[in-house]
Amino acid sequence: MPIDVRKTGLATTVQDLGRPGYYHLGIPMGGAMDRFALRCANLLVGNDEGAACLETVFMGPELTFTEDTLIAVTGAELPPKIDGEIRETWTALAVKAGQTLSFDYLRAGARAYIAFAGGIDTPPMLGSRSTYAIGGLGGIDGRAVQAGDVLPLGTPARPVAEGRTLAERLRRLPGNPAELRVLPGLYWHRITEASGERFFAETWKVALEADRMGYRFQGGTPMEFVDREPPFGAGSDPSNITDACYPYGSIQIPSGTEPIILHRDAVSGGGYFMIGTVISADMDLIGQLQPQTPTRFVKVNMHTALAARRERASQLAAMREALG
Amino acid sequence: MLNSRYSFGGDEHIFVEVSEEMSLEAFFKALSMTNAVREASIKGVTEICPANASFQIKFDPDLIHPDDLMSELKRMEEEAGRASPVLNTRIIEIPVYYQDPWTHETLMRFRERHQDPSSSDIDYAARINGFASVDEFIAAHSGQPWFVSMVGFVSGLPFLYQMVDRPHQIQVPKYLRPRTDTPKLTVGYGGCFSCIYSVRGAGGYQMFGITPMPIYDPTQQTGYLKDFMVFFKPGDIVKWKPIDRAEYDRCVAAVEANTFAPRIREVEFSLDAFNADIEGTNAKLLEALNAD
Repeated sequence: MPIDVRKTGLATTVQDLGRPGYYHLGIPMGGAMDRFALRCANLLVGNDEGAACLETVFMGPELTFTEDTLIAVTGAELPPKIDGEIRETWTALAVKAGQTLSFDYLRAGARAYIAFAGGIDTPPMLGSRSTYAIGGLGGIDGRAVQAGDVLPLGTPARPVAEGRTLAERLRRLPGNPAELRVLPGLYWHRITEASGERFFAETWKVALEADRMGYRFQGGTPMEFVDREPPFGAGSDPSNITDACYPYGSIQIPSGTEPIILHRDAVSGGGYFMIGTVISADMDLIGQLQPQTPTRFVKVNMHTALAARRERASQLAAMREALG
Repeated sequence: MLNSRYSFGGDEHIFVEVSEEMSLEAFFKALSMTNAVREASIKGVTEICPANASFQIKFDPDLIHPDDLMSELKRMEEEAGRASPVLNTRIIEIPVYYQDPWTHETLMRFRERHQDPSSSDIDYAARINGFASVDEFIAAHSGQPWFVSMVGFVSGLPFLYQMVDRPHQIQVPKYLRPRTDTPKLTVGYGGCFSCIYSVRGAGGYQMFGITPMPIYDPTQQTGYLKDFMVFFKPGDIVKWKPIDRAEYDRCVAAVEANTFAPRIREVEFSLDAFNADIEGTNAKLLEALNAD
């Protein structure tokens, strides 16, 4: 039971939970930037948590259904409209053959996840349907969804009732200002102590260059580097290193000016120093930041990072329990 | 003696810098440590990524405590230091059409981002490295073999390290500001590394030429990429072969007909033998490549 794509919105891609295992070859894990939202959208319509959904940014696509099905929209507060009528987010909605799904304007967040009963059934590549456009993998012919595409759906795993919803207290979007917790490390020693303190004290802003590969931030004071002789092979700029791997969530600051946090479609390595890494518990939040959002980086230690990770796991368990 | 520096990259990565500066010693140590980690099959380790002079381990902290994995890696460093730096690998001939019209068109579009807007990338590189002409520069770039010391950035892109002594290594800065476009299969240069852009996209390396030989094929239609979509792996040895437009066109036609077969020979590489006699070791590698 295919879905016809009438309009695509700004950037709409097929995503699941990604393809870990190939980062050493420059192929990133990919998958939903907000994994919690994707899992929830799938559970609402009776899918396995990792089924493929549409990830849409700022404004949604317009889709027409050829058969009756069940859908759910989670993540950003981007209200769905069925034949023009505004409906609830984070809720299983029945749609009938011939009806059209479109979206109202964005109220909060940045990325919405649209799940369909049965999941999107495009061919998996390297174990995932996630679209990695740079490498031409996944999705439809390795690219974002276009008008005129037909999205195939799988067979629904289990029947669920429409109207099921996830309570608001179990949802999660970044605050304003947003707070991202960071474990300092990697090449932290390349900047002065005062510069490091300032990085955490100042409020930064999300720049326009913010996509699946990475989020850029502006508005803070440029870094002050510790003097050095450039190591052979690194390059002459004080922000250069001998090209190395980049952790997911690592914060690089090319030329010491604008921090970039690498996300699910990260470049796997390069020649810029990094001052630390956003903790795993806060990665989902990054994909929900709109440009211009004021953002604070909060310094944490490993103990706090692991405690936050456990807290996220219990929130996920609570969501599964609620929709189980 | 190389003393590695260990750091956590958040709660899911350990980053190990074997050396701040690039050298084959640092690469070999990083490679032998990553091999040791792979063989140890440590519970919770999910990705093992060797790089030029460093490496990175991704892990699941629900399965292994970060401190425990850190101790385990430090223990392995002692063992890796004893491994003999010998590699059974392959040498591959990669045809390069230097000063091709496509990278030239692209570099002209981004001249204002370059150190020297009045010359081309290869003119600039030849001049700052003290070569009298571009032809001499191409002879130096393509004369000796290169070592694939990292695969990454995007989709199977190889970083290559020149197998000559340090005073003879070519060094070129990256663009002042990265380009937003680079033709697919551009042969580039940044710092002390050559690279091949596996896909079209952004890039900051200087552009010297283009190869007709695909190195990444997600559809796996290309004959020599049927088994896996990525051609290179760390430890591969490469010899550039300068070609002209006519040869380039012949290669492209062969690639399109799916009859192109890269010249590849199995070789053994010993770091100690290389350090003792660079020219002699390289001559043997090239002999193996050209033997039939």
